[in-house]
Amino acid sequence: MFKILHAQFIAPGIKRFVIEAPRIAKKQRPGQFVIIRVNETGERIPLTIEKSDPAKGTVNIVVQSIGKTTNLLNSLETGDSILDMVGPLGKPSEIENFGTVVVIGGGVGTAMAYPTASAMKRIGNRVITIIGGRNKDLVLLESEMREVSDTVFVTTDDGSYADKGLVTDKLRQLIENGTRIDLVLAVGPIPMMRAVADMTRKERIKTMVSLNPIMIDGTGMCGGCRVLVEGKSEFACVDGPEFDAHRVDFSILVQRNAMYREAEKRSMEDYKHEVESKKTAAPAAEVACALEAKK
Amino acid sequence: MSTPPTPKTPVKKSSNPIPNKERIKMPRQHMPEALPQVRNKQFTEVNLGYSAELARQEALRCIECAKPSCTKDCPVGVKVKEFVQLIVDGDFMGAAAKIREDNVLPAITGRVCPQEDHCEGACLLCNKGESLGIGYLERFVADYEQQHFDVTTIVKAPPTGKKVAIVGSGPSGLTAAGDLVQKGHQVHVFEALHEIGGVLVYGIPEFRLPKKIIREQVDIMRAMGVEFETDVVVGRTVTIDELMEEEGYDAVFVGTGAGLPQFMGIPGEHLNGVYSANEFLTRINLMHAYEFPKYDEPMVDFRGKNVAVIGGGNTALDAIRSSLRLGAGHAFILYRRSEAEMPARIEEVKHAKEEGVEFQVLAAPLEFLDDGKGWLRAARCQKMELGEPDSSGRRRPVPIVGSEYEIPLAVAIMAIGTTANPIIQTTTPGLATTKRGYIQADDTTQKTSRRGVFAGGDIVTGGATVILAMGAGRRAATSIHEYLTSGEW
Repeated sequence: MFKILHAQFIAPGIKRFVIEAPRIAKKQRPGQFVIIRVNETGERIPLTIEKSDPAKGTVNIVVQSIGKTTNLLNSLETGDSILDMVGPLGKPSEIENFGTVVVIGGGVGTAMAYPTASAMKRIGNRVITIIGGRNKDLVLLESEMREVSDTVFVTTDDGSYADKGLVTDKLRQLIENGTRIDLVLAVGPIPMMRAVADMTRKERIKTMVSLNPIMIDGTGMCGGCRVLVEGKSEFACVDGPEFDAHRVDFSILVQRNAMYREAEKRSMEDYKHEVESKKTAAPAAEVACALEAKK
Repeated sequence: MSTPPTPKTPVKKSSNPIPNKERIKMPRQHMPEALPQVRNKQFTEVNLGYSAELARQEALRCIECAKPSCTKDCPVGVKVKEFVQLIVDGDFMGAAAKIREDNVLPAITGRVCPQEDHCEGACLLCNKGESLGIGYLERFVADYEQQHFDVTTIVKAPPTGKKVAIVGSGPSGLTAAGDLVQKGHQVHVFEALHEIGGVLVYGIPEFRLPKKIIREQVDIMRAMGVEFETDVVVGRTVTIDELMEEEGYDAVFVGTGAGLPQFMGIPGEHLNGVYSANEFLTRINLMHAYEFPKYDEPMVDFRGKNVAVIGGGNTALDAIRSSLRLGAGHAFILYRRSEAEMPARIEEVKHAKEEGVEFQVLAAPLEFLDDGKGWLRAARCQKMELGEPDSSGRRRPVPIVGSEYEIPLAVAIMAIGTTANPIIQTTTPGLATTKRGYIQADDTTQKTSRRGVFAGGDIVTGGATVILAMGAGRRAATSIHEYLTSGEW
């Protein structure tokens, strides 16, 4: 059991958990992830690590409610526990003094990009960060990113905050302005990472993306997370999660991530129904208790 | 290397009243089984187990060889003749204790061990008809013990004050843990997944080895004093060096098992509907995907569909029999050699055929074809014929030119073996590996190139069987004990 020491929504549908996991906290390096299982009947899903505190033995994860498991997870509060959490998994990001590094975070991907941005800055890189979200609420970790970046650009799809547009619009501007870029790291939704890869391929800028395919064990045993990298099968859990963006077959990634869409929909509907019926059952139970007390 | 002293048992006169020449005429007692047309729709156990009466009848068939080759051919050296005689006597707990002297997981080996390659293959009754049902008897005794287990009967050596870390809770790790705890060492088992048992849990389906059996065997080990910690990937969560330097372990046994699943490298392997056997079986066994939506882990809908498993080992048969139970309309094995070369246990092949699995032997896929939406539609296959024997001693499959054919498929499961998992090797400096990336370990002592570190099972040999891994765990326990007591490497 892994105790939740603190849980708080940081944006609508996005929650930060501080979890007691001393072994993971001690070993976590930027770019790595954990796999969690909420309860006995739960599935195993990979989640990004925002940061960890080895002294306190805690690990922070940032979770966006999408399907049943993430919704269930985000219903947990301070003091609750997660049944299983294993990690840190995957290869850490390659941290070197490249020169100028552009870190691009989309949505919750920003949480995964944050520790890498921070390490890149510490080792002496000039770090330009671009973070984006659909709207103002979904721009995450802006102040944290400002602390570890030389420059931060923010974009929102709807223009409700900062610059209207996509993170790739900002990247294009940087390239067109003649900014020297030695490395791009992009973490976020697949279409965003794919668009970044297409843009930097032409410019021959080395680009890394952090992939999040369907995964079970996270140790290389099952092969479910295989991605096609220049025609070769690689496993995101042990060979990744970061890959050279210009070698990744993004359409296969999209296709494989859609494999269980029907089942995921059904799980989510069942879960919503369960939550609804609990909500309506709860007041009735309270009344019953009150009646019991009166007797 | 000296072997540990085995307790001397006085030579007991047999209480079997039947003369030897009559015993060899007695037929082997059949294992009661669930009906094929019932069991192929459910995940409950196929073999139902001997009754005490059947067990005693079968035990009476043992001809009590002076030099039993069954024990000699057993990787862990179970004293078959002696435990079988105890069954004849009706002393089932005595029989269980006798097995436990050499085998800490009898309820598991009694179910999944390929006895025909070991004890039963060596049984002299084979020359006269059918071998003694040693596996069935072992299972009977182990199940009896489970129902009558008494924690207070556990005898342990006095504490040695030494700490041993076991990496991986599969058959080799559990065996080493069981042997070492009995010798008085403090034993701590680390498991990467959320359940104890390794391949026994994620690889072998419920209908062949119920999870309840594994849990009960593990509970016995807990009662013996073995500590278990799940959710630890040694190499990532903690390294072997940290275990020894910071956590005070005096020795480490690495039994991390088979590694990464192999694919054929043919076009279309990334299509939705193409699985590795490891993933498919893990979803079914560890994650209970067959109980979706009660359990959250999903599985592709198999109902009424064509499903093929590529491969001919036990894993392949476990996968195809599981597919039938998920409702596959048409389930077949695609194997590139002939049935004679199949590495699977004879009983599994028999069970699979009874349940309706079709065997397409001497055939292999060349390509998986797309339905235009990213899902598997069909496989283009090629027929084979057998040529000269290859390095494995089995006749090599040779493609027949112009024999290509197409079979419609919704699901294809690759069960063609594994390659070494590199996590431990790449995070443990100085740990020597083989050319193929497995950990180098001595055949008898299981010692690696690192002082205090031992290894055994599939991470040393590549994919093998439960009992061979257990044999390695047993040898490792013996030499770990020797190392810890002598201090000599």
